[in-house]
Amino acid sequence: MTTNDFLQIALYLVVLLLLIKPVGSYMALVFADTPNRVTRFGGGIERVLYRVAGVRQDDDMTWRRYALAMLLFNMTGMLAVYILQRTQQWLPLNPQHFGAVTPDSAINTAISFISNTNWQGYGGESTMSYLTQMLGLAVQNFLSAATGIAVLIAVVRGFTRRSSLSIGNFWVDMTRSTLYILLPFSLILALLLTSQGVVQNFKAYVDVPLTQHITQVEQMKDAAGNVLKDAQGHDVTKESPVDTQTLPMGPAASQIAIKQLGTNGGGFFNANSAHPYENPTPFSNFLEMLAIFLIPGGLCYTFGSMVGDRRQGWAILATMLLIFIPLTIGAVAAEQAGNPALHGLSIDQQASTLQAGGNMEGKETRFGIAASGLFTAITTAASCGAVNNMHDSLTPLGGLVPMWLMQLGEVVFGGVGSGLYGMLAFAVVAVFIAGLMVGRTPEYLGKKIEAHEMKMASLAVLVPCALVVVCTAIAVMVPAGTAAVANPGAHGFSEILYAVSSASNNNGSAFGGISANVPFWNVLLSVCMFFSRFLLAIAMLAMAGSLAAKRHVPPSAGTLPTHTPLFVTLLACVVIVVGALTFLPALALGPIAEFLMSAH
Amino acid sequence: MSKLIRPALVMLVLMTAITGVLYPLVTTGLAQVLFPSQANGSLITKDGKTVGSSLIGQSFTESRYFWGRPSVTTPMANNGASSTGSNQGPTNPALTDAVKQRIDALRAADPGNNAPVPVDLVTASGSGLDPEISPAAAQYQMMRVAKARGLDAAQVQKLVTEATSGRQLGMLGESRVNVLQLNLALDALQPH
Repeated sequence: MTTNDFLQIALYLVVLLLLIKPVGSYMALVFADTPNRVTRFGGGIERVLYRVAGVRQDDDMTWRRYALAMLLFNMTGMLAVYILQRTQQWLPLNPQHFGAVTPDSAINTAISFISNTNWQGYGGESTMSYLTQMLGLAVQNFLSAATGIAVLIAVVRGFTRRSSLSIGNFWVDMTRSTLYILLPFSLILALLLTSQGVVQNFKAYVDVPLTQHITQVEQMKDAAGNVLKDAQGHDVTKESPVDTQTLPMGPAASQIAIKQLGTNGGGFFNANSAHPYENPTPFSNFLEMLAIFLIPGGLCYTFGSMVGDRRQGWAILATMLLIFIPLTIGAVAAEQAGNPALHGLSIDQQASTLQAGGNMEGKETRFGIAASGLFTAITTAASCGAVNNMHDSLTPLGGLVPMWLMQLGEVVFGGVGSGLYGMLAFAVVAVFIAGLMVGRTPEYLGKKIEAHEMKMASLAVLVPCALVVVCTAIAVMVPAGTAAVANPGAHGFSEILYAVSSASNNNGSAFGGISANVPFWNVLLSVCMFFSRFLLAIAMLAMAGSLAAKRHVPPSAGTLPTHTPLFVTLLACVVIVVGALTFLPALALGPIAEFLMSAH
Repeated sequence: MSKLIRPALVMLVLMTAITGVLYPLVTTGLAQVLFPSQANGSLITKDGKTVGSSLIGQSFTESRYFWGRPSVTTPMANNGASSTGSNQGPTNPALTDAVKQRIDALRAADPGNNAPVPVDLVTASGSGLDPEISPAAAQYQMMRVAKARGLDAAQVQKLVTEATSGRQLGMLGESRVNVLQLNLALDALQPH
């Protein structure tokens, strides 16, 4: 690794840490029970929305009603996105005249966007009308993120409320997340991104003349769509001259801002944040990386603030960083070392003042190695899934890092809201294990952890693990599953494992060579995304309901303090041990096998 | 449950109006006022005509032009309407073959230059639209371009330097050379 690689990582961490407290304390004001300067500012708009929707602001919900409201709201959103995709050919704002999306792809995309996964089987600039992108996909970017924050806040209330039957009002939490957090942050980020060159307009695509005319080579197909072959078995091709280039346009910046801030990750263009119109400069890249961790990181502070002990929030954040930093350095180092398969050729992979060097396949020149490797680790540690380089072309170990970060359950920062409530499930498991060691009833944040809480925490930890393992097994046993693979050997298995891990942890990035826009994959991944997102959220709300009903237990001499380095280490170990025990066998067949073969 | 259906429907409609209509419209309005050139694609105009975008790479295969990053978009390279990378894994033999072919093409265009090829010049970019190459990749091609155009190396070097941007804030990303701007500058120096 070069000095500059380390500098770029260090600068990112410093700026992120400086932003945690201001952002976190702002969000604590948004969800404070008493009116304050923030909630008074938008109170008028809030009241109008509630009146029209028939919502009573003081209507505190039990966990069951909260969960039901959350589910109904998300199902309505799913239906809306599905209908938009199926009818876009008749609707306005479709300058490229795209047809209806196929049913299996449309349902996959609908579930993908409501579950904050943003797995994309389609290519944005060649499939979705501006209307579908704006009213369907971008809206769910906001609402799925707002749902995640709402559920987290309800879970935190489980710890803060005493002998209470209710955990807050879903509509209020969701509305406040959107109005006070996601919207203003997105507007600022969208304008900053535009200043760097991200497009934001409603124009049709622009044709420009090419400086040097080129030739396009098209495969000839018969009526049934099969590639024609000549007598020697070569593809029959047709060459024709090309003298223009089509430049894509659209309201990209507004959608890209929320895709990063809401840890959604669904690109406006097919190449996502590798596309020069989606991420034009190293500075726009820095902003996009910052945006991914901003809310999940800030929420740790909000959490500490709400439970009345900020050290609890810092401890969770420290745990996340303890896992994140070494894995990031590993990913960047692996990419900087270059691709061993190319070592024999007459090419220069050494970093110097004139080039980034390393494994540049699938990477953009302006990002080089450090800004690509860092983005890769951030987007998979958080459940964002936006990519600024093609993960399928990462070196074996450089690709293992993002895969494993997802498999850890998306709790290292994770999705907005969902990452922290996932980590709280792990914290409950950690205090339980500590309790077993000393033979005491475990407590966390002044609440006794009993059988019901343990069941719910285990469910939250194990559901994504089970989905990954079982659905990967199904995919490799079915011809339709293995047919999607693009690369030979162990890497092909990695493509399958990555896809299922991504969907089952609501990340959304891919080893993009996989041809997953077919009915089998669309359905399989829909199931993974749906159950992972909603079973986990419901389990955590159930835990919150039971915690809220409990009395506060004052800490005693036997209570394990949960803000100490000891607890941080214990919690990180629990996360890593669950992730390692569950996935090492599968990883050995994919990236580890490929690494051993390429090092040979 | 029926009491929750109305808020679910109405909230979705209201939130769609705010985040799906109002927000992109306000963003577009502000962006068009504050950053009109960037918001409309950073287009390059020459003599009143649009000749490309400084952010979207074009394809060059002639010796007299600097070549950009290899692009695997279909049906032609640098297809702006269909961005994609190769998604070839590191151990895929097809990747090694593609890199070999690219080395051969560079060597054929520049016989006698046996220096190792900078890696970014023979590996496909992530978007297939990368507008830039590393300074090393520009250095590698400079003599070829100068020879093909009958220009002084110093003249070409000057244009390369003008098309080069350093790390942003001295730290972020990588130094890089904008290929289309460089080639347009070459053509402006020496109209054909």
